[in-house]
Amino acid sequence: METYQIYNLTSAVLFVIGIGGVFAARHFIRKIIATIIMGGGVFLSFVSFAERDALTFADPVPHALVITGIVVAVASAAFALALARRIYQLTGEESFTNDK
Amino acid sequence: MTDLPTSPFPAFLVGLPVLLATLSLFFRARGKAVVGLAGSLLTGVMALFALFEVTRRGTVIHILGGWEPPLGILLRMDPLAAVFIGMTAVVGIFISLYAWRYFRAQEATTGGFPLFWPLWLFLWAGLNGLFLSNDLFNLFVTLEVIGISAVALAVLSGKKTALVAGLRYLLVAITGSMAYLFGVALIYGSTGTLDLGLLGQVLEPGTTTTFALLVITLGLMIKMAGFPFHFWLPPAHSSALAPVSALLSALVVKGAFYILLRLWMEVFGVSLTYAAGQLIGLAGAIAVIWGSWQAFMQTSLKLIVAHSSVAQLGYLLMIFPLLILAPGVTADSADWLSPAWTAGVYQVIAHAFAKASFFLSAGIIIMALGHDRIESLRDLVGHMRITALAIAIAGVSLIGLPPSGGFMAKWMLLKGIFLSGQWWWAPVVLTGSLLTAGYVFMLLRLAFAPAREKEAFRPVPRSLEVCALVLALGSFLIVLPADNLIQFLQSGEVFGTGIESIMEGGAHGND
Repeated sequence: METYQIYNLTSAVLFVIGIGGVFAARHFIRKIIATIIMGGGVFLSFVSFAERDALTFADPVPHALVITGIVVAVASAAFALALARRIYQLTGEESFTNDK
Repeated sequence: MTDLPTSPFPAFLVGLPVLLATLSLFFRARGKAVVGLAGSLLTGVMALFALFEVTRRGTVIHILGGWEPPLGILLRMDPLAAVFIGMTAVVGIFISLYAWRYFRAQEATTGGFPLFWPLWLFLWAGLNGLFLSNDLFNLFVTLEVIGISAVALAVLSGKKTALVAGLRYLLVAITGSMAYLFGVALIYGSTGTLDLGLLGQVLEPGTTTTFALLVITLGLMIKMAGFPFHFWLPPAHSSALAPVSALLSALVVKGAFYILLRLWMEVFGVSLTYAAGQLIGLAGAIAVIWGSWQAFMQTSLKLIVAHSSVAQLGYLLMIFPLLILAPGVTADSADWLSPAWTAGVYQVIAHAFAKASFFLSAGIIIMALGHDRIESLRDLVGHMRITALAIAIAGVSLIGLPPSGGFMAKWMLLKGIFLSGQWWWAPVVLTGSLLTAGYVFMLLRLAFAPAREKEAFRPVPRSLEVCALVLALGSFLIVLPADNLIQFLQSGEVFGTGIESIMEGGAHGND
């Protein structure tokens, strides 16, 4: 098995763990962490593709994309945390009640 | 791609709202609103000029900063993008005017929500960017800009229900974009390009492509509240402020649909299978029936309107099976394709006008009554004639009675259904219309019924009612340029190279 395939499989596993967590968890923070894990999986798969095809150098495009993606993911996570914190301050609730 | 005429408009359409949104942050509350309103009008006018430019010169492009793709960004404005941008502009202008008056009327008690304006301009920049994007990753970034500003707008009131609904909306939005991005990673990994036009030519059918198509479609369906991922939409849309609900329902969900349409027609031509089409159509059909039924069962006006959005978005999903023929069937001409996908575009426009008007009317009623329980709509006609008229007109367009825009959309959808030989979708369209008629007429019956007890209707600024009425009328007026619009859309050659594989009955993907 080649190196990038190991990374790739790991990324798929992370993605599945994340998506399962988003739908299964009820606690705000657990859900937010699950989306972060999903993001980690996606970014790992991007980076792993930079190395394929036995290029002599790493493909720079995925790195540029991942940097942008990470910025976006950090912003979303921060926003979600801010919302969760506000809900906790207002009501003391920390998880979805009649959740789907 | 680069031999197309260049034009500065695409850059302005994204840059201007971002600039104005940032500028408005430096002002105090009243200044934010002034800059925001001026900015919205400016952006709207600019968008209409850009639409005009495309009708005159055809597809135009702009390469940002002169940096060529793949590291630079190319914006492309073709007829499909131009139509969506034009729709956003017209609906956006009227919602902005309404918001200006609506927030000012409540300034004393609520502070007038000055942050609405920068967020709405960021949202507008995101939408324009999405329609203009020409590569998969840029689409992801604009989706996120839209997602974050939309959630921020949805929680603007700061109430508990809005915050909880907003957090759920945000989590769903992140999940959807991550699923989409995973698909993008797989496609980049297998082809080494993100350019939509190029992908349409180089994408090979295979397991990776099919899986990428699957996660991308799922991610976008989560974002556009397609069944069974519709659960987040009614609470988020109904708990937001009235102008925000209108923006979310009329424009934001259409972004994900636009990407889905683009990708299915332009990029994934080779790997679409008949079964995939039928499955997504089934999800749409269930959404139409379920959403309309749920809307019928609600007792508060905003929840009715929000559930009706789920149903109306279902119609959009139903055009996808029509783009793919059954295995073994080969078409002689592409006649059946055009009614199918232009029906989708028409449904987007008609729904945007009608639903924006509906939510604005709901806002007026909440302003007058302090709540939106539908029993108190009794004698609405006596108190607020214009709002009642707006609800009636928008409702007729949602049902799809002639000569409304909704009728055009459903008529062309039925035409596409019969021309492609997939008659089993027709009863769904008709049942959906019947159920829609059910809840619209339920509202109208109440509006005309005499009041049981004297309910205090507080006076509402006339200009708010006029905004809602103009948007409702818009859903009828869009029928007038129908012929030109459809010709204009078809001139865009949106299918690119995908059309051959589509005409061969999806034979590539079926094995």
